[in-house]
Amino acid sequence: MDLSVFQIIWFVLWGVLWAVYFMLDGFVLGTGFLSGLLAKTDTEKRVLINTVGPVWDGNEVWLITAGGATFAAFPTTYALMFSNLYSALLLLLFAMIVRGVSFEFRSKLDSPAWRGGWDMAIIVSSFLPALLFGVAFGNIFKGIPMKNDFATLNFSYDGTLIGLLNPYGLLTGVLFVLLFAVHGSLYAAIKTTGELSTRAAGLANRLWLPLLAVAVAFLGYTYPATRLYDNFLKAPVLLIIPIIAVVSLLLVKVFAAKGALHNSFLFSCLTIVFVVFTGVTGLFPNLIPSNIDPASNLTIFNSSSSLLTLQIMTVVALIFVPTVIAYKIWVYRIFRARISGEDVIGNPEAY
Amino acid sequence: MNVVTLSQLQFAATGMFHWIFVPLTLGLSIMTAWMETKYVTTGDETWLRMTKFWGKLFLINFALGVVTGITMEFQFGMNWSEYSRYVGDIFGAPLAIEATLAFFLESVFIGVWIFGWKKISRKAHMISIWLAAGATNVSALIILLANAWMQKPVGYVLRNNRAEMNDFLAVLTNPYGWIKFTHTLLSGYALAAFVVMGVSAWHLLRKNESAFFKRSFRLAAVWGFVASIGVAVTGDFHAVEIARTQPSKFAAMESQWETKRGVGMNLLLLPDVARECNSIEQLCVPNALSFLAFKDPNAEIKGLKEFPKELRPPVTATFISFRLMVGLGTFMILASLAGIILSRRQNFEEQRWFLKLMAIAIPAPYLAEQFGWLVAELGRQPWIVYGVLKTADAVSKSISTTQVALSLLGFTVLYGLLGAIDIFLLVKHAKKGPDKDLSAIINVQGYLVTPDAPQTDKDMAGIINVQGRA
Ligand code: HEM
Repeated sequence: MDLSVFQIIWFVLWGVLWAVYFMLDGFVLGTGFLSGLLAKTDTEKRVLINTVGPVWDGNEVWLITAGGATFAAFPTTYALMFSNLYSALLLLLFAMIVRGVSFEFRSKLDSPAWRGGWDMAIIVSSFLPALLFGVAFGNIFKGIPMKNDFATLNFSYDGTLIGLLNPYGLLTGVLFVLLFAVHGSLYAAIKTTGELSTRAAGLANRLWLPLLAVAVAFLGYTYPATRLYDNFLKAPVLLIIPIIAVVSLLLVKVFAAKGALHNSFLFSCLTIVFVVFTGVTGLFPNLIPSNIDPASNLTIFNSSSSLLTLQIMTVVALIFVPTVIAYKIWVYRIFRARISGEDVIGNPEAY
Repeated sequence: MNVVTLSQLQFAATGMFHWIFVPLTLGLSIMTAWMETKYVTTGDETWLRMTKFWGKLFLINFALGVVTGITMEFQFGMNWSEYSRYVGDIFGAPLAIEATLAFFLESVFIGVWIFGWKKISRKAHMISIWLAAGATNVSALIILLANAWMQKPVGYVLRNNRAEMNDFLAVLTNPYGWIKFTHTLLSGYALAAFVVMGVSAWHLLRKNESAFFKRSFRLAAVWGFVASIGVAVTGDFHAVEIARTQPSKFAAMESQWETKRGVGMNLLLLPDVARECNSIEQLCVPNALSFLAFKDPNAEIKGLKEFPKELRPPVTATFISFRLMVGLGTFMILASLAGIILSRRQNFEEQRWFLKLMAIAIPAPYLAEQFGWLVAELGRQPWIVYGVLKTADAVSKSISTTQVALSLLGFTVLYGLLGAIDIFLLVKHAKKGPDKDLSAIINVQGYLVTPDAPQTDKDMAGIINVQGRA
């Protein structure tokens, strides 16, 4: 098999890693920034945090893997993406750092002020990544102002942090926030008991309409703002991907309204995965387009690793990704039970 | 300051901060796994209490190691994009492999271990901590192989304006990397042993939980001694390898200016960089350096003057860091040996001077760890990949001084705060000592009573009114 086959394999894997990451961390971020709305008492807050307790770290590793895979498979894209978006990534990084320690530290001291402080930290550090990821992907869909000459190795970028906050970037940001909000509420609803669960289900139901509205606006605005639709127009069979996304989104509401929350959550997972697939399919073969010069696009062909490296990485991925998925499923099964106030009170291990 | 210097400062600061937490994770994870295994095989509850107590310190420490690790991955792209582009074909793969192979395993099974006490059998619980601990050690191996590639690049060709991998096996079996791995891993075990000995000594001085802390101390003293000896032996391998592969670093470590045969080692030495010589040279052991470096008393050692000034590392800092690391290592061997001997005595608790010494010696291995990295990374300058790419050519082109100055400031504030909080929590929980009874675990079904009964799914919406309890 020649180089381009492996470049395409890694493009697909790249999309899958991002999709799985958003599906898994999406509900952690969502329950995190909604925790102030969902939980009324300290016990309820702890219950909520403990629903994600055993899994949040493992979920975040999908992000590290997505980053690592970009580095290994498309080093030039990794290099230019991370340096061009320096300030945005820094904010994201700070938020991820604070979120991680908040979970860990919150219950290590028995003081209301201490806990209140970490509660605030969890809300902010969960909201910020949700928004920033949306803004970042919006700008990637649209293209960023970079000029790259791959022959002379002259790379330049003249964007700013504020420049990323353009209307399309912001709209994508809001889309991500709402996707994760519904996703997180549904997760909270199926993982907790009593009033907390009811309240979360109610919130998911109420947030769905705004989500739908923003999703429609996003699909519409994408046409003038990006070139994502080009690939779909060239090969209409690909339209199945956005169609699955839309149908899943509708089914989220159908099931949620009936109280079939597990199904609703399942379709929320599918929605997120297929929203990401839609964007990534539209990008192909670009990883990050330039919006000032098409020759400067970072594509899978001009930014990839060598054939040998891609082959080695493919073998590694074939062995380990299924293994990871297998034991993650095992873990989700161990912790499948709903969490109640009883589980966290007097339990020294709980967060 | 320019972008290069600021980025170097930021990488050094965030890397060294990350390295405050990693060695303890490496060592204490394995030690905790060992304690739980002792409990599962003997049924002696003191081992379980030890598992819980030291395991808690492990977790508080672990959290910060994980989150500060993400920074390291991001920075290669953010600040060192020319480096990432130039060597990504080789350097990216280990990072991706580390995540898929080790980080998933580690994070998932740490979760199982923390939350699984009542959900899985004792054996499964014990296996989770071994998996998590093993994964942290594997991740160290992979990332150190990557670092070793920067020290001694192997298995690559320069082609298409970058370094491309042509021999993956060579990268994996780079001897430099395996020496680095064993040296680092053992140093982490030694550090964890010193933390356990230090905290135990603190409690023994207060006659608090004597049986518990005596047992902890005895275990740690043996670990500490064996590991410290291993650190010294692998450190010697390290130096030998460096003498062959990075002569400019070796010359700086030893502050050797002239190229000579049969070089001795001065126990007292102070470099004078401006005059390109040493201002103090005393207590020379003849031929020692040649012998240590090449196992031949008459071997030739290349001096710093062999290299143009702009290709020399910062001599004084490299030299002093190396001496201090070795000095602290020697102290650790002696202290842990004394620990083994004294902790077997009946009147161990009366050895107050020794207990005090061990309690205040906790920072010693931490300092040695930091000096070790200073030697490795400062000594490699001005190269980022020895002999292949200079640090100054590796920095990102699209970032500004202001951006990096601000991010450095941000890291300083954020890390300062988190570090203070983490150390505060560690000290607080260390001082609090082990929980008096295990009723929290014993009374609920699971770990102690019915180890093999999995908990069933309960659907009890409405049964518990959580509000009332808060
Ligand atoms: C006892 C004698 C010791 C010797 C001869 C020794 C030798 C060395 C050498 C030559 C290096 C440089 C490696 C490089 O440039 O790539 C190094 C690095 C290092 N040392 Fe030591 N060392 C000793 C003790 C210690 C101790 C006690 C610790 C910590 C508890 C320690 C921790 C480290 C670390 C973390 C590094 C950086 C990682 C690495 O390159 O392995 N060393 N050591």
